[in-house]
Amino acid sequence: MIQATALTKRYGTKVAVDHAEFTVAPGKVTGFLGPNGAGKSTTMRMILGLDRPTSGSVTINGIPYDKLAAPLREVGALLDAKAVHGGRSAYNHLQVLAKANGLPRARVDTVIDLVGLHSVAKKRAGGFSLGMGQRLGIAAALLGDPGIVMFDEPVNGLDPEGILWIRNLMKALAAEGRTVFVSSHLMSEMALTADHLVVIGLGRILADEPMAEFIAKNSVSYVLVRSPQMADLAPKLALRGWRVEMQGDGSAHVYDAKPSQIGDVAGTEQLWLHELTLVHSSLEEAFMRLTASSVEYHAGGTAGTGTTQDAAKPPSSPDAPVWGEAAGDGRAQPPAEPDPSGQPPTPYQNSERGQ
Amino acid sequence: MSTITDTRSTLTGLTPLPPASGRAGFGGALRSEWTKIRSVKSTVWTLAAAIIISVGISTLGNWGQASHTSLSAADLARRDLVQRSMFGIMLGQLVMVVFGALAITSEYATGMVRTSLTAQPRRLHVYFAKLVIVTVIAFVVGEIISFASFLIGTHFWATKGVDLSLSSHGALQAVIGGGLYLDGAALLAFGVGAALRHTAGTITVGVFLLFVVSIIVNFMPDSWQADIDKYLPANAGGQVWATQHTADVGTAFGAWAGFAVYICYAVIALLAGLLVFKRKDA
Repeated sequence: MIQATALTKRYGTKVAVDHAEFTVAPGKVTGFLGPNGAGKSTTMRMILGLDRPTSGSVTINGIPYDKLAAPLREVGALLDAKAVHGGRSAYNHLQVLAKANGLPRARVDTVIDLVGLHSVAKKRAGGFSLGMGQRLGIAAALLGDPGIVMFDEPVNGLDPEGILWIRNLMKALAAEGRTVFVSSHLMSEMALTADHLVVIGLGRILADEPMAEFIAKNSVSYVLVRSPQMADLAPKLALRGWRVEMQGDGSAHVYDAKPSQIGDVAGTEQLWLHELTLVHSSLEEAFMRLTASSVEYHAGGTAGTGTTQDAAKPPSSPDAPVWGEAAGDGRAQPPAEPDPSGQPPTPYQNSERGQ
Repeated sequence: MSTITDTRSTLTGLTPLPPASGRAGFGGALRSEWTKIRSVKSTVWTLAAAIIISVGISTLGNWGQASHTSLSAADLARRDLVQRSMFGIMLGQLVMVVFGALAITSEYATGMVRTSLTAQPRRLHVYFAKLVIVTVIAFVVGEIISFASFLIGTHFWATKGVDLSLSSHGALQAVIGGGLYLDGAALLAFGVGAALRHTAGTITVGVFLLFVVSIIVNFMPDSWQADIDKYLPANAGGQVWATQHTADVGTAFGAWAGFAVYICYAVIALLAGLLVFKRKDA
């Protein structure tokens, strides 16, 4: 169990983590979701005592990390796969950690076999590929048979096979009753693995609830309407009390209405319809709406719905493709990206979840 | 917590470990740091280089001086042949600076420090474990250098009829002192390294303190030099591997007083490093 109480970290005048309160419970995968620069890594570093909180506290089973008798026996963490001396072999790297916590030598062989690094265990870790480095980091995390495991962006840059392996590993660890805390900036990834969600934006905890609740609360649907007579149709729809968002390409998003109702209106008014589609907005969009508002609140910027900003970017670039880095790094399932042209994002398939 | 441990199945293929046998303490930190330092080739090579360079330069110097001197045996006896026989230490100290610096800065350069402090979050344990390992290794290597340099030197001087041995006046203390001086250079660099967390910066500061400061002071008026000279790290520390305590300008410290001043530099650096290591985010 990880418990944060009014956890705050300030760098000069910049607040990286702002009075964060959350609990990570055993037996499930808890996703820690937030855009880049939201404070995920800083929070994780504070949990491990690497960074000192400016105020507030965070404990492991009620004890601060640096007071744990044998830290690796209680918490296994993979924050950065590159936090390894490249000149040391994988085997020796794990020996260094095992000795610090008085773990038996045989345990090193056990975890090396578990992550499938047996054939390269005596090779320099500096020559490892990203995927191998990630596996070494996971071996280190599991070295002490810990009740709590923490992974910071574990699937970043992995190939589909590696991603699947990590997903299954996290679920298996949680099924064994361990506490699994995993950060990501991808809602789509969280939707596949997490049972519980802690959302952070600009250092603030924006949501801390079961995944199912988050989905129910945040998945919004609308009707995509396309008509050559949109200028005439839109006012009629608005008259019914429905919210109409013009998309500028002859289409509009109509909220709170069913396709049949819109069709009836068009029929009554004798207006042409070219398209009438019910669209479920993706969780990715819901997440971005959530974090975008936190950006607005803090920076007073002009971030619109469906577009969020990296905390580090000035508010003058609201169209910056924050999720752009998701493309082209070999993920099995690229997240739905907000399309600058205003096209609706890929509908979120509810059936994808829960595998 | 223990109830969860007990009911855990082995879905991930992990056999559960028996309950923790104790606390991750200083002994574990020492074993961990020892494993670190011997499992990286750069340490081994740095130390090998220190021995080869120092003993090699000493041997060259001894050979050159012993075979080409025009001085009589009586005149030679008035010179500090013991210190001269270990001339290679002047270069060896630079390699020891690199060793002391890398022992800590490589953790920051590679990011390993975050892993290290996750395994042992009690930072003083990590700092002092490192310090003990660096001190012991630098001491052993330093003594190898000073004894090898001196003993090789005695053979060259013997051909000149100069009787030089460890039982010569002050020789044993100076030869042991040669190793201690090298140890001090490594510790100074270790402290600076912990404070700066940067390899190149640390080596620059080490070279500055041990070499460049002396050169700068040489350009000062003699009256200033007389006051400053003996406090400079190299001059103060140099007394512990000398048998004659003279200075070009002003006076010199005795062997152990000089060494105490020299070690003060290292202690100040180590304290600064300790503060940064303990307090600053990793």
